[in-house]
Amino acid sequence: MLNFKLNKKQKNKVIRIAIALFCFVVLFALSKIFKLESAFNKPIGWLFPFLLWFALYVFIAYDVLIKAFYNLKNGRIFDENFLMLIASLGAFALGIFNGASQRQAEGFDEAVAVIIFYQIGQFFEQVATEKSRKSIAELLDIRPDHANLLKDNQISSVYPDEIAVGETIVIYPGEKIPLDCTVIKGSSTIDNKSLTGESLPVDVSEGSTLLSGGLNLTSELVCRVDKHFYDGTVSKILDLVENASDKKSKAEGFIERFAKYYTPSVIILALLTAIIPSLIFKNWQVWVYRALSFLVVSCPCALVISVPMTFFVALGKASRSRILIKGSNYLELLARANVFLFDKTGTITHGNFEVTKVFPEENKEEILHLACIAEKKSSHPIALSIMKAYGKNIEEDYTLTNLAGLGVMATDGENEILCGNATLLENNGVDILAKCEGAVYIAKNRHFVGYIVIADTVKSEANRVIGALNNQNCKTVMLTGDSQSVAEEVCKQCNISQFKAQLLPQDKVAEVEKIINQKAPNEVVCFIGDGINDAPVLMRSDVGIAMGAIGSDAAIEAADVVLMKDNLSDILTAKKIAKKALKIVKQNIVFSITVKVLILLLSLFGITNMWFSIFGDVGVAVIAILNALRVDKN
Amino acid sequence: MKKVYKVENVDCAHCAMAMQNFILKVDGVESATLNFLTKRLTIELDESRIDEIMVEVEKACKKVDREVYVVK
Repeated sequence: MLNFKLNKKQKNKVIRIAIALFCFVVLFALSKIFKLESAFNKPIGWLFPFLLWFALYVFIAYDVLIKAFYNLKNGRIFDENFLMLIASLGAFALGIFNGASQRQAEGFDEAVAVIIFYQIGQFFEQVATEKSRKSIAELLDIRPDHANLLKDNQISSVYPDEIAVGETIVIYPGEKIPLDCTVIKGSSTIDNKSLTGESLPVDVSEGSTLLSGGLNLTSELVCRVDKHFYDGTVSKILDLVENASDKKSKAEGFIERFAKYYTPSVIILALLTAIIPSLIFKNWQVWVYRALSFLVVSCPCALVISVPMTFFVALGKASRSRILIKGSNYLELLARANVFLFDKTGTITHGNFEVTKVFPEENKEEILHLACIAEKKSSHPIALSIMKAYGKNIEEDYTLTNLAGLGVMATDGENEILCGNATLLENNGVDILAKCEGAVYIAKNRHFVGYIVIADTVKSEANRVIGALNNQNCKTVMLTGDSQSVAEEVCKQCNISQFKAQLLPQDKVAEVEKIINQKAPNEVVCFIGDGINDAPVLMRSDVGIAMGAIGSDAAIEAADVVLMKDNLSDILTAKKIAKKALKIVKQNIVFSITVKVLILLLSLFGITNMWFSIFGDVGVAVIAILNALRVDKN
Repeated sequence: MKKVYKVENVDCAHCAMAMQNFILKVDGVESATLNFLTKRLTIELDESRIDEIMVEVEKACKKVDREVYVVK
């Protein structure tokens, strides 16, 4: 779980803790076997064991001592270093007093143990923190370190942020694209995996725009810079990740307030425990000892450390899956989200047209062939999708006549092909033998051949993702500007329970507004869009999720969660991570408060000793940290 | 003016919170967030006194942990 290299500071600490533990065991054994007190005569018999234990104490505790001293000087009294110091020094004082008053001088071992285990807890905290920092740093690896500036026919390597818009840069194969730019010379293949999660490399040539953070794979490119480094894609992503933990969740806010009042009240309680019963029962040593145990167990470390850490680990895990979440408060909301509003085009569907049906199916090849002859010169999306479906080059050269609003007529003197809507065929006296709404009809020599249906296709994962959300009792609603019938068809294909069709962009905002205003108190509204024209809706919803939004600055800014990959399943991944994090936070809060309260009560009645308190503090903290790291596991 | 600094040796989340609160008390600082995870201090301050303010900011951090320093 903690398998990674320790830095020098951490290594030193491990060595120190190991030496201290070894000495502790040796001293403990010695003190049980030999009567160390008999080294000196009676009134100062305690001195020898005390010196041995205290030497060990100073060795392991000096940094805590120094820290606590500086904190005291700066008026920060109530922190965990201070609690540990009073507890351990108190235990020493009690031991000395007992020794001096002719009793068994005991408790030195406990005083040292408090600090050793406290240090172990601290060490765990640091290692775990470093681990979650690393996972964020991996993502931050997209930061380019230099750019090759081309000026006066000379190339010089400079920092990306020193380059102005309009200057020319050269990107060599194997280099990261340092700035958002346009290719002016050369062609190459770009790997955008670190940005979009898309593993298929993209071919680029003159005129293509490049996003910073991508990797140039094959050959040299000369490019004109479009955006200053700080406005570019890489900076936008880095800002988002780096500021993610600034937005605090309710759980973190709770813990912060809790710690603020908790520690001082515990110290006051400990003081009262030490003073009041002592006045009544006169056995003050017992009560001081109980008060000290009380102090040890009362340290709020387990909560103060583990709760924010759980969220950090969750944010780190999400960002490794290319899901950027802007703050731990959104993790909390995502876990509870139960109303999912989807944009249609580009979110549920691919947003590009594809041939979905050819009628009659057995003549598919011929129909597509004829259609391609007619659509050869067109660059309309519908024409392109037909060409893509056919997938072969067209040799035939027909004379094409474009009939606006109807379609295309193609002739080579011998044959005549009609390709267009129903009206085109009817105008030319062709009998349409089979009809389908919105289809492209084909006729050859005034005889009906068939039709092609072209539609935006639903993403393959849509059905599964929406099915999973429905199973989690979430409401799924689709919002679209398309016609009623298209919306109905799409919803049927992927099981969306409700839809609102024919919405203009401003209607969409009004619709989301309406849903938010009418929602039940336990509902959390999530909007998922591809970020194009969605910014206002992304902002208005409780959690705005932008999909495949890399390259769209407005969407990155407006959204609360950015899915870098254009894949709906990431919604489920994000929700799963959020739920797990919240579950672990709850477990940690309940577990550590229960254990602490229990040990507090037991130590108050003298049923437990300081060893239990040490477990109540460090043991619970380590368990909570390990539990927090569990978020990272699948 | 907004500036971003890297802060080293911030070891715990609650220390980062405490430092942030101390930094906010420094005269001339309008807003400050110390991100524990990325060790980044984003600070809005009076530009004309930037050097003087940053010395105070570092002192504020050191109140919480002596080993903390701001990378300039």
